[in-house]
Amino acid sequence: MFRKNTFGYYLFLSIFISFVIFLYGPIFSIISLSFQGPDGGLVFPLQGFSIHWFKELWNGSGLVDIGASFRRSIALGFLVMLLTVTLSVAAGLAFRRNFFGANILFYVAVASLIVPSIVLSLGIALEFRIIDNIILWIGKSLEIKQIEDNFQTSLGMYTSGFGAQLTWTLPFGLLIMFAIFNRFDRSFEEAAKDLGASSYQTFRYVVFPIILPSIIGIALFGFTLSYDELARSSQVMGATNTLPLDLRGLTTTVTTPIIYALGTITTAVSFFVIGLSLGLVFLFNRRKF
Amino acid sequence: MQFSSGKIKPHVGWLALPFALVFFAYFVLPLVLTIIVSFWDYTDYAIIPALILDNYIYIFDGCFSNEGGLCLTLKTYLSTFFFCFFTWLITLVLGFCVAYFLAFYVNSIPLQVCLFLVCTIPFWTSNVIRMVSWIPLLGRNGLVNEFFLSLGIIDQPIEWLLYSSFSVILALVHLYTLFMIVPIFNSMIRIDRSIVEAAYDAGASHRQIIFNIIIPLSKTGIIIGSIFVVTVVMGDFLTIGIMGGQQLASVGKIINTEMNYLQFPGAAANAVILLIITIFIIYVMTRFIDIRKEL
Repeated sequence: MFRKNTFGYYLFLSIFISFVIFLYGPIFSIISLSFQGPDGGLVFPLQGFSIHWFKELWNGSGLVDIGASFRRSIALGFLVMLLTVTLSVAAGLAFRRNFFGANILFYVAVASLIVPSIVLSLGIALEFRIIDNIILWIGKSLEIKQIEDNFQTSLGMYTSGFGAQLTWTLPFGLLIMFAIFNRFDRSFEEAAKDLGASSYQTFRYVVFPIILPSIIGIALFGFTLSYDELARSSQVMGATNTLPLDLRGLTTTVTTPIIYALGTITTAVSFFVIGLSLGLVFLFNRRKF
Repeated sequence: MQFSSGKIKPHVGWLALPFALVFFAYFVLPLVLTIIVSFWDYTDYAIIPALILDNYIYIFDGCFSNEGGLCLTLKTYLSTFFFCFFTWLITLVLGFCVAYFLAFYVNSIPLQVCLFLVCTIPFWTSNVIRMVSWIPLLGRNGLVNEFFLSLGIIDQPIEWLLYSSFSVILALVHLYTLFMIVPIFNSMIRIDRSIVEAAYDAGASHRQIIFNIIIPLSKTGIIIGSIFVVTVVMGDFLTIGIMGGQQLASVGKIINTEMNYLQFPGAAANAVILLIITIFIIYVMTRFIDIRKEL
């Protein structure tokens, strides 16, 4: 709204451009370094051009089993995405009317966003350790041999891990739902009701198509935040490692561009998912009008 | 957000039940257990139910005597506050300027959305990779050092660019400025343009408009952003660990280390103290605003 071609405009424009370079510059530096030849090092200048380090990564040369943790992270990301979408859309619908505990639930969800991740990670780890102790005690007192001999821990990706990630993704889902329903024109729904639509029909054919772009937005948050999540899941994945956990380990041990190749691939996956989601949002938004 | 009692009446409160259950099992219960376990005893391999204050006494060991300077806990908190303060200050100024540019200088809505997404996309990519990506730039033989060397500004590489407080704050700013941009931008686009026009017509300078109109009216966004940045840095252990070369102290790192040595009750006591301090900071900040009005 301010006039362009003033000092202020150029000042803030240059701050913005510098910020974007600051934001993207480093990631492009590792992408270019990952395509070096076999003599390549961790810093510039570039030593040749090849996909040598991607081949090394593919062959798993000396690294932990990156392929397995990559597949685990993708699978977990999908599960967290599905749960984030389903639970936050359902909760979003519930929040349109006041219900018992609505206020408390809202504040708990917001609190979950700002509680230090390490505290929550510790809490969930403690919770499952106590569950372990209870299981062991039951096994001992009932003399169930299987538990006594084989039981290790109840901590795992699909017991504690996904829950820890949900405490990070669900609040974003709920906030997005709030944002849509605060701007939602209820007369569409009322028209559907007046024309005799059932509650289900109203949701399926009126509400759902309107909120679909935002649902894709929630899915984007659900998948990407889970796929890259480390702080909350760091203590609760049990014996299995996800990709971010392996990556953190590699930052201290790997001294070849192989870590950049891995970074390029994870970033490519993220960019693909982001591009796909934004494309779909754009498509559905256009179709609406 | 207002809960209206409009015409649509089916009772749908139960739809929030699965959502609530997740937060009960993975948020409320873990926090309650953390508080309980902070009073427990432990050995090298087990945690033992008890009601003792030893974990807390150990944390504040030597803090209230006057010998030998600061105790470890206070030193760690000072170090954490140091990172918090500088990250907050830089993300606030930077986030404000970026949001201001987007809200007031970009007139076309599609372009605004597009530039806003440009700022948001890195948030959906890996934090660890975003940290690692500073190595080729800041390292001993990194791009920055090479550049200064070739210009003759310095004779030998600057050592404090990487694995230092500098690189930690740089990475934190890189990762979390978005947490400032989004809420501040959200507040700014709600500012009635005619107020700004009126001030402009009445002869207010650009500086006066920013300080007397824009900043007071984006106060809520500024505070929400500040809460996000401060809480995320207070509990940080990954960025300070990776970018500090595992040499710098933070409260989050102490908790993480204690957990690695299975000293859960000790870690829990530290977590409770961190939680109390964080809640206090948030409480002070939220005295100024009502978060629910903003959604």
